[in-house]
Amino acid sequence: MGSVAVLEQSLPEDPAARRRRGIPRGAWVGIVPFTLYVLVFLGGPLYEVIYGAFTTTGGSLTWHNFSQTFSQPEYRSAFEESLKISVVTSLLGGFFGVWLACAVVTAGPRSPLRRIVGSGAGVLAYFAGVPLAFAFIATLGRYGEATTLLGHVGIDLGASGFDISSLTGVELAYVYFQVPLMVLLITPALEGLRPEWREAATGLGASTFGYIRHVAAPVLAPAILGGLLLLFGNAFAAYATSYALVGIYVNLVPGWIQQLISGNVLVDENGIGLALGVEMIVVIAVVMVAYGLLQRRATRWLR
Amino acid sequence: MSSDHRQPAKRTRGMALAVVVAGTLAIALAASSGAASGATNWSTATSATSGGGLSALIKAAKAEGTLNVIADPKNWADYGVEISTFEKLYGIKVNDENPLGTSQQEITAVQDLGSQSRAPDVVDIGQSYALANASLFAPYKVAEWSDIPAANKDPQGRWWNDYGGYVSIGCNTSIVKVCPTSFAQMTNPEYKNDIALDDPPTTANSAFSGVWAAALANGGSLANIQPGITFFQTLHHDGNFVETPGLPAAIASGQTPIVIDWDYNNAAETGLNKAKFKWTVAIPTDASFAAYYAAAINVKAPDPAAARLWEEFLFSPKGQNIWLEGYARPIELPTMIKSGSVNKTFEKLLPPVAVAAKYPTQAQVTAAEALIAKEWAASQS
Amino acid sequence: MAILVLAAIFFLGPLISAIRFSLEQTNGKDGLGNYTQLLHNAALGGSLVTSLEIAALTTAIMLALMLPTVVWVRLRLPRLALLVESISVLPIVIPPIVMAAGLATLQSHASAGLSNLIFSSPLTALTPVYVILAMPFAYRSLDVGVRAIDLRTLVDAARSLGAGWTTVLGRVILPNVRTAVLTAASLTVALVLAEVVIAETLLYTTYPVELVDTGQAQLGVAVALSVLSLAITWMLLLAISFIGNRGASRARIGRLL
Repeated sequence: MGSVAVLEQSLPEDPAARRRRGIPRGAWVGIVPFTLYVLVFLGGPLYEVIYGAFTTTGGSLTWHNFSQTFSQPEYRSAFEESLKISVVTSLLGGFFGVWLACAVVTAGPRSPLRRIVGSGAGVLAYFAGVPLAFAFIATLGRYGEATTLLGHVGIDLGASGFDISSLTGVELAYVYFQVPLMVLLITPALEGLRPEWREAATGLGASTFGYIRHVAAPVLAPAILGGLLLLFGNAFAAYATSYALVGIYVNLVPGWIQQLISGNVLVDENGIGLALGVEMIVVIAVVMVAYGLLQRRATRWLR
Repeated sequence: MSSDHRQPAKRTRGMALAVVVAGTLAIALAASSGAASGATNWSTATSATSGGGLSALIKAAKAEGTLNVIADPKNWADYGVEISTFEKLYGIKVNDENPLGTSQQEITAVQDLGSQSRAPDVVDIGQSYALANASLFAPYKVAEWSDIPAANKDPQGRWWNDYGGYVSIGCNTSIVKVCPTSFAQMTNPEYKNDIALDDPPTTANSAFSGVWAAALANGGSLANIQPGITFFQTLHHDGNFVETPGLPAAIASGQTPIVIDWDYNNAAETGLNKAKFKWTVAIPTDASFAAYYAAAINVKAPDPAAARLWEEFLFSPKGQNIWLEGYARPIELPTMIKSGSVNKTFEKLLPPVAVAAKYPTQAQVTAAEALIAKEWAASQS
Repeated sequence: MAILVLAAIFFLGPLISAIRFSLEQTNGKDGLGNYTQLLHNAALGGSLVTSLEIAALTTAIMLALMLPTVVWVRLRLPRLALLVESISVLPIVIPPIVMAAGLATLQSHASAGLSNLIFSSPLTALTPVYVILAMPFAYRSLDVGVRAIDLRTLVDAARSLGAGWTTVLGRVILPNVRTAVLTAASLTVALVLAEVVIAETLLYTTYPVELVDTGQAQLGVAVALSVLSLAITWMLLLAISFIGNRGASRARIGRLL
């Protein structure tokens, strides 16, 4: 779900941290319970995933699981679909999210529109997973409200080849939570564009386009790019929505992981599922590190 | 799964030692108390008689108080009625875990949950899954054991067939203009996005049987399931095949207007949806394929007496007639017809079959399952 | 303006459709049939109780673990603030399905005793992991709350009056970061009531898993339930912002006095 949304609240550095250097003796004891907890309950499952991905069932080191994920067409196509769905929905979510946020921000801070969209985005960004999937089936399923409505005006959605329980359906459902997430992520940056900058630019003879190109775009670019990265990670890790919409046999990486670890008696492919898991972690880790770097740049103008 | 192959010795030795000590103590205690009261250890009883008779079994099962079944859908061969009747009869609470699960998920649960109190006590699985996992099950023979034909049971009593049916085509007439009555018709482009299996054939016996039926229609045989895989590959490629499992909600919501599934499941859907649309059931004219499911008791069943009582109940005429009411063919049907214990009203409900099917042998089942496991995923990508 | 119309159709459409769909009964007439069915669904009730128990326990452990850590780091280890915060964000990198894979493997390797001890109940098996999943946002909202107050002065004052650390945490700091605690708690509860992947993989029937099962068997009932879930989440968030605002205004009044 939209748990990555929390990263939106970036924390400015505590000035006190710079003043008091050095760690008081014995003070580290205070974080021992926290660290131990993370080590056991995050480290434990993580260790199992990594260990299982790199070893055979007999316990010896192997690269077989990873090479299978690269060579077998079904895993390759699942990775392609997962990446595709993440890119498409983050671009769509990003585009409409920025557009919507712009419309709202220009309406002025006290307009009722701002309040409605603001609180709505907050709720909808968390409206992912199972309930969202069911709402979409109720709308665009064969007996869905929108399907029936379109049928009355002569558009047969079923015959057009559209199926809500397909990857296209999943994409549509993902956009539903990606847009509000982008609105939440980008609004602070849009608010940070000071009116004086625009006045200064036009005062110096810049056109609207010139202002956007030379002032607004460079200031906003890191924030938008960072937002897109978070949206990407969000879609890449998401599974509950597609699971409720299509089922465990959806051709996405998480679907394959669940199939493989639930296991088939005749072929022991647990290790391949774990290898796919490691690959997912690597993809998201790269995205998050990139996000962290961009975030630093993005906040530079917004203090 | 992997737990059987890998040696976790290094990482769990200390814990294992503690458990062994505690376990030994527990067994010693249990043994002494058991000896004192003369109670039977039902987890090793191979029949009700060997454990002290049916009334002793009922008493022990009531004392356990719960029974864990898994993947028994309410409308599947009337399992809902089986469960509620059993609960009322013996006052034992039945937990139905993952009601719409597949045979493979049942096996995984037995393997992964070990001796946990939430582990399934009994399973009801496809033939191939019973054959491949016989070591997970406890030998037991129900009172009606001799009424079950020799070909339909494990000589050691680790599994035995319970009920069966024919692969059929269910169809929503409000969406589909002309319902297909054969596999040959299904390649028609008018069925774009219409045709579904009830689950993936790699984990569900019902869908596996659907593929096998398609094989029979396309030049395959009980010894050759390959044409069935190719048939669904074509359907997938042409866009007629829907990935969504044709489960009750997908049928009710119209997501899967044509579903290949057991006749008893499709027949149940007709009644469930009659207010909304007409759901027709046809045994394909070009393939008559039938198969039985297999009942088995988890060797580590947390409620061993309740597990055995459940099987006794299912194989009594009462339990067998409930399956019959759910449009399935109970294994004891022939002997019940002979003895007159069959419910005549329910017997008439059975979907008509033109050509009686031949059942695959155990070796054929195992070979076909192996091929599906190997080929299916690649054929669908 | 076009975007506003588009957004209204796209976002309100499914909500309105879901409400309308949930009112369609199996007998073809409109009514509350799907909602009354919910009341008779014992499995659903049981799974909701399970999930609420997990939610309560997860929230309690999360707060007991996180609040002292946040306070301690801000007070005594400001140099390590960034490091501890980075650790708290780590779970984001691991998708729930991968976490589930790790736990399933752990379960199949565990000795019989350990597996009976932990994995026989969803309460003992899922709670520890859900605390981990809640960590990134719980840590951040608590941190924001703690930094908004004058921690050092409060603690020094309380300590000089003879208060022990438990009293300082429970009676001095906790009331002052109430909004942050409520936010962290509500996000944790929302997470527990929505997490389906790990519970499903480990074969526990929690409320969201039961919701998926219901959706495969009776779609109308599942849609009705989704409508209710959304309404409840919305009210929960509203209530928290309301309580939060009240807390804030009281603090302002306190300053005026």
